[in-house]
Amino acid sequence: MGREIEPQKSEQQVSYTVEQLVAVNPYNPDILPDLENYVNEQVASQTYSLDANLCLLRLYQFEPERLSTQIVARILVKALMAMPAPDFSLCHFLIPERVQMEQPFKTLIVLSHYLETGGFRLFWDEAAKSRHIVDAVPGFEQAIQAYAVHVLSLTYQKVPRSVLAEAINIEGLSLDKFLEQRVADCGWVIEKGQGGGQVIALPKTEFNHSELKKNSGDAVPLDHVTRIFPILS
Amino acid sequence: MAANYEYDEAAGHYDDQAAALRQQEVGYDPNFVPDSVKSFVVHLYRHIREKNVYEIHQMYETSFQTLSERLFKDTPWPSVDAVAHYVDNDHVFCLLYREMWFRHLYARLSPTLKQRIDSWDNYCSLFQVVLHGVVNMQLPNQWLWDMVDEFVYQFQSFCQYRAKMKNKTEQEIALLRQFDQAWNVYGVLNFLQALVEKSAIIQILEQEKQGLEQFTATDGYDYSGGSNVLKVLGYFSMIGLLRVHCLLGDYHAGLKCLQPIDISQQGVYTSVIGSHIATIYHYGFASLMLRRYVDGIREFNKILLYIYKTKQYHQKSPQYEQILKKNEQMYALLAICLSFCPQMKLVDEAVNAQLREKYGEKMGKLQRYDDEAYGDKLSRRQRYADEAFGIYDELFSYACPKFITPSAPSFDEPLVNYNQDAYRLQLKLFLSEVRQQELLVGARTFLKVYSTISLGKLANYLDVDESTLRMTLMTYKHKTHAVDSDGKIISNADVDFYIDDDMIRVVNSKPVKRFGDFFLRQIVKLEGVINDMDRIKVESAN
Repeated sequence: MGREIEPQKSEQQVSYTVEQLVAVNPYNPDILPDLENYVNEQVASQTYSLDANLCLLRLYQFEPERLSTQIVARILVKALMAMPAPDFSLCHFLIPERVQMEQPFKTLIVLSHYLETGGFRLFWDEAAKSRHIVDAVPGFEQAIQAYAVHVLSLTYQKVPRSVLAEAINIEGLSLDKFLEQRVADCGWVIEKGQGGGQVIALPKTEFNHSELKKNSGDAVPLDHVTRIFPILS
Repeated sequence: MAANYEYDEAAGHYDDQAAALRQQEVGYDPNFVPDSVKSFVVHLYRHIREKNVYEIHQMYETSFQTLSERLFKDTPWPSVDAVAHYVDNDHVFCLLYREMWFRHLYARLSPTLKQRIDSWDNYCSLFQVVLHGVVNMQLPNQWLWDMVDEFVYQFQSFCQYRAKMKNKTEQEIALLRQFDQAWNVYGVLNFLQALVEKSAIIQILEQEKQGLEQFTATDGYDYSGGSNVLKVLGYFSMIGLLRVHCLLGDYHAGLKCLQPIDISQQGVYTSVIGSHIATIYHYGFASLMLRRYVDGIREFNKILLYIYKTKQYHQKSPQYEQILKKNEQMYALLAICLSFCPQMKLVDEAVNAQLREKYGEKMGKLQRYDDEAYGDKLSRRQRYADEAFGIYDELFSYACPKFITPSAPSFDEPLVNYNQDAYRLQLKLFLSEVRQQELLVGARTFLKVYSTISLGKLANYLDVDESTLRMTLMTYKHKTHAVDSDGKIISNADVDFYIDDDMIRVVNSKPVKRFGDFFLRQIVKLEGVINDMDRIKVESAN
């Protein structure tokens, strides 16, 4: 039925990337080991493929006896790193409930909850207690910091230094260095706040400055206008 | 000539009464073929060979239902072996007949395990024939949609059946073990996928956009002597895949399967009401689970308006009950979407009126928040939140798809029912989303009435500390800004605000009036009126 493409190991035959395998064989249990290796590869090379990982979770869902908790945990950590995209939920929907009751999934679900609800202080505390889970995946901290900055820029025009420090879990001199680099590269501005402390003015976007919002209300899509073409002609 | 071919329903009526009487007396005899059934298969077979889509559609939609109602209310149709010699033992026709035979059985009786397995085999044979390109027929879209729809339904029904392990007999378990390929999830998905690929429907739709191919314009039919069967089955299989993935909780994959179909426009999927509803229902549900509330609201609104306007034309259709059921469920889903994302401006007046009538009270409770700053507001706020939680649970449970566990049970362990597992998991995850958004109701209530308010003051109103309030406001921003399929951030926010140090500034968003659309509509309307008047003048002059 047209799903004969197998991962090719020998050299004279054509070899396929894992992404191609997934595209051609989305429902083929034989690619499961390749997908598992690919998860480890993503961890090592700091790359990410949601489609490949969801495909693997789907195969686990069809054959729960083949499920590897270690691999699933890595997929979930990678999904957390993809925030604000809803990848963690997407993966979560596919994992059998009895698996979710076990560690490390209970912790990962708590971590996701904190990120989903802006509880960065709680998140970093919890992550510190679970170093063995998150340290296994390089780039974890930076990815979460990027997400924190994303949420802060949606919410704040000017954010107090202490709030920023808490959200990205960087303090003191390290924070000064972080800020210095952001001021240089990303247009952040350090100002004095009302209470005397530092506030950081974040770059304007359409989400924290209403005047930048595209006013789609006035626009009329072309296909609506086409309705009156016959009349105008 | 044509008159000879006319299938006359009334003629068989007296025979039918005799046949019905006979059935009552001797019970169901699979080999007994009443004259009206003989006439039915002979004519249907002829129309299929002559590619008379109109007549096939009539017989399929009307005669089959009438005969079922009259003769086979609570028994199956005659066996395929009994009718085969009336149709030259035509292999493909017999497969089609069996497909209808099983569909009727599923609808009116409860299939045995053996029958479920036989029906699976029949689908395998039928799809193999189609996939190997030996079919030269032109079948009505309605029928082709029903095939895909029924195929997925029977798969879902099988999973539900298999998951109720407690009351299985030893014989049933032996059969389940023996025929473990029947309704296997890989098999089901690969058949649908194979139909999509083999039909090249994705490329066809792509080429159509460039004007190189016609598919939508002819409703998928082939007027140059070819067959529409593989193409249209492939097309509907994309919707079938969307549905299967939703049943599995795999919303991302589901939406991906639907992507080749542009649901912002009419298409072959809208040519059959069942397929139209299935598409939007699952699209909307998946959007809700992905927190793309605005997408859900838009599409639900469109189809609910469509159903509202055209309901009466479907009253006689065998799908009428199903249409009404899905209609109700989609109102419930719309109520959920609007409670997460109160954007009433996206909802049409007529739909809104229906929604108020059905769910007005419940929606009120979902949005209810006690903003009084005295008395026992805290316990009241908690009570309101708990009540809202209960309503979300109720609406979701009523309107969600019938989730399935795709894997076979382990027959060696103690037999337990697991048919509710998949549903419970999806419900639980949905409700945890509800909990995460619980505090937003209160924040919304106040943000709507202030243009600036300090964090301290709002925290005081909400009875939380300042850092919890900052969390709540970030949650609000995160939850109302979805990431679309291209990774772009899309704002679904109903109230816009930003924090400046420790002041919250709310952006006064005046409702945008859509003058452009209004004028366009009026221009079209006016043109219509002028045309009507022109016609009247000509006629009266004659």
